[in-house]
This record gives sequence, structure tokens and C-alpha cells, in this order.
Amino acid sequence: MEKKSSGVFAKVSAFFKAVAANLKEIGTTFTEGDWKTKVSYVIMGFGPLMRKQYLRGAAFLAIELGFIYYMVSFGAFYLKDITTLGTQGRGFNPDGTVSYGDNSFLILLYGLLSLILIALLILVWRMNISENRREEQHIKEGRPLPTVMHDIKSLLDEKFCFTLLAIPTLGIFVFIVLPIIFMICIAFTNYDANHQAPAQLFTWVGLENFKNLFSFGQAGFGGTFITILIWTLIWAFFATFLNYFMGMAVAILINKKGIKFKKLWRTILVMTIAVPQFVSLLYVSKMFAADGLVNAYLMKWGIIKTAIPFWTNATYAKILIIVLNLWVGIPYVMLVCTGLLMNIPEDLYESARIDGANPIQMFVKITLPYMLFVTGPFLLTQFTGNLNNFNVIYLLSGGGPQHMKLVGGAGYTDLLVTWLYKLTINDTNYKMAAVIGIMVFAVTAVVSLVVYGMLPSVRDEEGFQ
Amino acid sequence: MKEKEPKMHMQHRRLSNAIAYAVLILISLIWLFPFICLVLQSFRSYTEGGGAMVNYLLPKKFSLDSYKALFGEESQFFKWYGNTLIIATFVSIFQTIFILAVSYSLSRFRFKGRELLMRFWLILGMFPGFLSMICLYFLLKQFGLTQSGAIPGLILVGFASSGMGYYVCKGYFDTIPKSLDEAARIDGANRAQIFGIMLLPLSKPIVIYTALVAFMAPWCDYIFASYIAFGYSDSYNVAVAMYRWVNTNDYQGYFTRFCAGGILIAVPITILFMCLQKYYVEGVTGGAVKG
Repeated sequence: MEKKSSGVFAKVSAFFKAVAANLKEIGTTFTEGDWKTKVSYVIMGFGPLMRKQYLRGAAFLAIELGFIYYMVSFGAFYLKDITTLGTQGRGFNPDGTVSYGDNSFLILLYGLLSLILIALLILVWRMNISENRREEQHIKEGRPLPTVMHDIKSLLDEKFCFTLLAIPTLGIFVFIVLPIIFMICIAFTNYDANHQAPAQLFTWVGLENFKNLFSFGQAGFGGTFITILIWTLIWAFFATFLNYFMGMAVAILINKKGIKFKKLWRTILVMTIAVPQFVSLLYVSKMFAADGLVNAYLMKWGIIKTAIPFWTNATYAKILIIVLNLWVGIPYVMLVCTGLLMNIPEDLYESARIDGANPIQMFVKITLPYMLFVTGPFLLTQFTGNLNNFNVIYLLSGGGPQHMKLVGGAGYTDLLVTWLYKLTINDTNYKMAAVIGIMVFAVTAVVSLVVYGMLPSVRDEEGFQ
Repeated sequence: MKEKEPKMHMQHRRLSNAIAYAVLILISLIWLFPFICLVLQSFRSYTEGGGAMVNYLLPKKFSLDSYKALFGEESQFFKWYGNTLIIATFVSIFQTIFILAVSYSLSRFRFKGRELLMRFWLILGMFPGFLSMICLYFLLKQFGLTQSGAIPGLILVGFASSGMGYYVCKGYFDTIPKSLDEAARIDGANRAQIFGIMLLPLSKPIVIYTALVAFMAPWCDYIFASYIAFGYSDSYNVAVAMYRWVNTNDYQGYFTRFCAGGILIAVPITILFMCLQKYYVEGVTGGAVKG
């Protein structure tokens, strides 16, 4: 524990040292720099342009101009209201026309975007300063500065990675980073069915929604949240490990010496991966309906008198989902395991056999340790994937059966993610959906961190190169 | 060299193999059963139950009624089918490009902030995908990419953030020796050329794997597609449209049509998958071990 806190302390102090060093360099560059560098502090890229570094200079200047244009025409208007998210609701003007008022949604979204752009601009401004400093040093030492041609060439060579990363990173920023920051903010507002932008305003409410999540009263989300969280963890555990062991068993069975048509058996299983899940799972779900095939035949054969309520009884539904998920998951595990099983040296088994070990002993002593070691990361990703396994739950049970005791339209087989989806779509309870989303993140992160620390195969990234 | 096995041993082995075969046949039946049902139901005549779900397996009368309905004039099925095919094709192309670009950069370059970027993306990946649904919907709506413009919108959403899924591909690149790169550099190739001329041809399995996985995903995309195309049936993909067939009130009459549609979707994809199965196995196995 002590070691950890001192580690954190070291990191914090290193961070402040780095900030101080940066500030110092910004200062010395200004005092020691020539007039071109000094102008660059206000007009970015001025220095490089004057030193015939046209490409770099133009890039810096374009970024600054673009930023100013964005802020003046657009950003500042929304940014100024971000602390209140708008004060002017929709209403009527004295002459009877509609006055549209503020749109809290837009204010929050573009306000956040403006804040992020400001942070990025500071970063680019800092780069602009070090660029000036580097150029001055080059000139002082009499080394030639790179030409425009040289710059362009380097983007295809030693800086090729930035060329490649530029667009994917932009995509991730717009489609992942910005929406996630936005939704994290929504968790601290009262954006829901009664506060729908643009007609109504919503505003900051602090930790109100988190209090609601842990309140166990009539309308509180506490009871439902705990119920669903526990089921999510139980589901992820069984879905991961049952599939894992059964899948491995099937792989061993097919790999068994003397078994013919190995490829055929594998192909039959792999069909479930190939056929789109919404076809197969929707069909399977209907098979177990009250008037479905399974009940009908069980009744016809006289095994049961009345239909088994597979999807309307919470316990049945839970068990059935875990069992049906075997149908989905075993082929995948089987594929992964087949190749790995063949990697285990045959002489290990040979010598174990000579020592008189039976197949079960060999499995426990040789196969299992090896497989657990090699597939550790796979198990982890499977587990976190199952925590968020939307398709299987939604297509099979739709989260049902619902119950009066559960708020927010939740059912007993809902995972946190399917509940999140229902809150968003059916209830338009965006604030609680955002809170649940943050909780899903917390659960995933905690599981990943804990399990990752326990993995025996600590990955050596450079090991294979 | 090989000694004859003792008689006892041989009997034992024969018995255990017989059991193994029995189990394998049972497994195969269980795994194939839903597909067999699906095929049988899709050929059931409308005269039995009028296309609704029935409680027996073997149709009394086989016919092509459901297929005819799908090919019929007022049917939008092939519109939806085409939508999905377009989305899947474009997503597959762009996503492969993105993932290859990111993987190559992270595998071969050691730039400042690389570790930070990878850790940041790892953390981002822990947020549930549809947390951002409302915000994305709004962003797309600003550019007219919802409802009637949902197809380009879904393509954009499908690949724009795909760079984060670089793990399997980067793992594969990592196993290609760096000494090859160095040899090519000595011959005067720059890094763009190394990527295009040397590394890509060596990475055929992983390119196919990436493209295949990306191509299959849109066929199951229900969540986002239903949200973006909401209420505009020309923009539905097959998953959205057929989910409605089964789970809205009129599903009783659409059940065999659902089965027939499912077959029309599943057969080409299954054939494609089976042809490329080798690469898929290579991808999942490599990805599972390297994480």
C-alpha cells in the first residue's frame, strides 16, 4: 500500500515538474528568441514562415485562423452558457410568434467541443513555440533547415505513422471521445422525458442522479440496480467459464486420436458463427415461447401438462439464456482451442502415460494449466465482452420478464447495457442511462484491472519482434 | 517399429471412440436443429396457419409461398437486403483500411505519446458503445444522415471509430520480423513503400480476417440501425426489418416469411464464411493468445 501511494506521489510531482519545465522553456524562448519568434507567440507560425518553413508555418497559421473563426462564428456563443445550459426557455413573443429560446443540448455539446478545442489549441501553441526554438538553434549552429519537399517526404517515411493515424484518430475523437464526454456530463444534469431539448431546458444537478441510483425507496433506482448488477456478473461468469470449459471439451473430443471427419464436425459447429445472430437467435427464442415448438412437443409426448413458462419465469429465463448461450459460444471457444491444443508437445502426454496417469489427471496436470496460461487474455476479453453482451440477451429474452418491482422498464434478465438501452429508447431517461453507462465502465474497468494483475502471462510486447 | 497394441487396450479404445462418435453426432444434431427447423418452416405453405408460427416441425405441405412473398412487388425485402449489402461492403473496406493504418503505426513506430494513446483507447473501449447513441444520433442528424440518409450514416458510424480495434492486427504485424523492414530500407524503400509493397502482401490472412469480421457485423446491427432509421422503412437494414416481423404484433402472419428471409441472408454469408474460414480461425486464434 505504501509503495503504491509513494508511486502516485512520484507521478504527481513528476507531472508538476514537467509543467514547471515547460513554463520555464516558454519563458526562456521568449526572452532569448529573436523578433520572429516573439511575434509567433501571438501569430502562430510567423517565425517558421519568415524562415521559409512554409509548410509548417502555414499549418500553424491555418490552425490559429480556423480556431478564431470557429470561436467567433459559433463556439463562443455556446460556450458562454455552459455553466447554466441556457436560461431562456421556449415561449411566445408578445406578437404571438414562437420564441425558440436556448437549446441546452446544443449548448452542452458545442460548449464541450469549444473547451476541447481550446485545450488542443494550447497544445499546438506550445508546439509552435518549440518549433521556433528548434529552428533558431539550427540556424545558430549553421545547420540547414528542412525544405518543404523534405517535410512532405518525411510524412511518407519517418513520420508516416502520423499520416496514417490522422484520420482514424479524428474519427475516434468525433464518434467516441466527444460523445462519451458529453454523456458523462449528461449524468450530472436532469436531461430526461420532462426536460427534453429543444422544447425545454435542462440544467446541472450535481450528484442528484447518483444519489437516485443508490436510493432504495419507492421510485429509487437502488433495488433495480443491485438486482441487475448481480445478474450481470452471474451471467458474465457463467457465460465465460461454462463456454470455456465446454468448448475446450468439444475441441479435445474432436482432436481425439482415431476420430475421423474432424473437419466436418468443426464445420457444423462453426455454422453458428457464420449465420447472423439475429436470424438464429430470434428463431431459437421463438422455439421456447409458450406456444413454441419445444413446449408443443413436450406436451404432445405427454411429458408436461401445461406449457413451461420459459421466458416469463425469471429463474427459467435466466437458466435458459445461459444454456442457449452455450450454443452460441462453444463453437468460438472450440476454434480458439483447437489450434492451441495441438501446440502442446505430445511427449508430455507420452511420459505421463508411462507414469500411469489417466486422462483426467493428464487434463488437470498438463492441458488445463497450459490452456489457462495461454488463453488468459482471451478469457479476460470474453468476460468483459459478456458483461456487455447485448445481442444474446436482447434477441433471446428482450431482457424480460419485467416486473413491477423493477423500475425503468427493466426485466429480470436485463444486463446493465440492455437496461441502458431501454432507458434511452423507451423511457428517454437520458440522465439515468448516462449514470448506468458510467457504472458499466466502472465494473468493466475494475474487473479488467483486477484480472489483468492476476494473469500469469504478462505480455512482453517486444517479445516477438 | 510400431508394436501391436494389446487386445484389452484396443477394445478400450474402440469403446471410447464409439462414445466419442455418439457424443459428436448428438452435438451436431443439437447445433444443426435450429437451422433445419428454419429451412423446413420457410417452405411451409400458407394454407397451414397462414404464415404464422405453428407447433409442429414438419410442414404438411411444402410450397414456395414465403419466398414468393419476399420476391413479390410490394415486398421491400430486397431494398433492405441491398441496404445491408451496401453498408457491409463499405464498412468492410474502410474499416480494414483504418485498422491496417493504425496497426502498422503502432507496431512499427515508436513515437512520443504512443503508450499514452494506446492506454487512452483501451480505457475508451470500456465504455459501453450505446452510451453515446443519443449524441451520435444528434451529430448525424445535423448532417442529414438519419432517417432517409441513414445508409451513409450507418456506414460512417460503422467505420469511423474502428481504429480502436487494432489489437488482433497489430499482434499479427508484431510477429513479422522487423529485420525485413530494415533490409527493405537499406534497399532504399521508405516506410510507406514498406507498408504497401512488403508488409501488406505478407499479411494477407489478417487483411482477409479483418475485412470478413467487418463485413459480417452490419448484418446483425439492430441497435443503432433501428435508432437511426427510425420510422423510415426505406432505410432499414435486414436486422431491423425482420426483428419487427417477429416481434411486433403482426408477427403471426410473418413468421414463415421471417424464416425464408433468414435463409436468403444466412446462405450467402455462410458460404462466404466457410470459404474464408481458414483466415478467420487464424485471426481468432492469434487474437486470443496475444489479447
